[in-house]
Amino acid sequence: MGIYGQLFTTFMKIGAFTFGGGWAMISIIEKEIVDKHHWIERDEFLDLLAIAQSLPGILAVNIATSIGDRLKGMKGGIVAAVGTILPSFLIILAIAIFLTPETIKNSHVLSSIFMGIRPAVVALIIAPVITTAKAAKLKLTTIWIPAVAALVISLDMGIVSNPITWIALGALGGYLHWEYSRRKLSKS
Amino acid sequence: MSIYLKMIWAYLKIGIFGFGGGYAMLSLVERSVVGPGWISEQMFTDIVAISQMTPGPIGINSATYIGYVAPGQVTGGELASPIWGILGSILCTLAVTVPSFILVIKASHFIRKHNESGVIKAIFAGLRPVVVGLIASAAIMLMNWANFAPDHDQRTLICSIAICAVSFCLVYFKLPYKGKKIGLHPILVICIMGLAGFLLYY
Repeated sequence: MGIYGQLFTTFMKIGAFTFGGGWAMISIIEKEIVDKHHWIERDEFLDLLAIAQSLPGILAVNIATSIGDRLKGMKGGIVAAVGTILPSFLIILAIAIFLTPETIKNSHVLSSIFMGIRPAVVALIIAPVITTAKAAKLKLTTIWIPAVAALVISLDMGIVSNPITWIALGALGGYLHWEYSRRKLSKS
Repeated sequence: MSIYLKMIWAYLKIGIFGFGGGYAMLSLVERSVVGPGWISEQMFTDIVAISQMTPGPIGINSATYIGYVAPGQVTGGELASPIWGILGSILCTLAVTVPSFILVIKASHFIRKHNESGVIKAIFAGLRPVVVGLIASAAIMLMNWANFAPDHDQRTLICSIAICAVSFCLVYFKLPYKGKKIGLHPILVICIMGLAGFLLYY
């Protein structure tokens, strides 16, 4: 099997067997790419990971693309990305075909099961709020940012509630803070 | 036809501005697909649950599912042929992945060169607290009548709040087990609460 075939099957395996996306996938990708296939060194993997993480989009696809690109250029990137996406695409497509909103609504068993699941999903999203808040090392001077952002976004007030607005504000705020402290530094 | 263009546009935006991983993307996805009425509030939550239980990133899973379902919902009910749904899921999945694919291929050199620079680091430092807010907003948006008590019944509401609180404890707090600390896997929690829902409401 050529390198393209190996890239494809390796990333397809990763896409098919990792539940929970992003971070769960990273350690498996590292094992496969660095330890098993020795395609790249660990240092370089961590570099690629840092870049994949800083770009928008789906982390697992970003890291697959950058490893494929590093090994075989754009063609390698496409092969690795498609390999990662394909299994979950096919699985979800099959579910979508057989489990339509009408199917859930019309089945008493399914709708009672999902009535139990929905509040649990909310809890699954509250947990990462706390873990990322801890990881972001929020201080008293910064903790108002996520609080205000979350409140305004969830209130649905047009453009100010658009998450994109807040992403832009965060980037701008980071830049202005940097510019401000640099000027203060050069004055003193 | 126009529903496909609107879906592509929505998922391109999600692909371009989806910083901070799957959960941080959710509020953006919610705004883009529940807002225009492509799927219901409940269906959105169901998709998140299904994404948790199936392999693969949540961003891909939601694009594939919504891409399939949305064209039928907009025309009101059943699709003329599943082909239209499959077309929708291919287009949405591509739309959400292509922007970052291009960025990885074209911009990684630039970022590698400037990754250590102060500006880039400062911008990401500014994004970090916002990402926390984005995830929190997704949680707040899903705390609604449709998800907690679609029948506006008090008993349902109390049961739902209890399910939410217990699920949170199960996922967040690590339990000591044979000398090691383990957290319950989200899939297991979803299965347990699905069973609870069956016992409570069937």
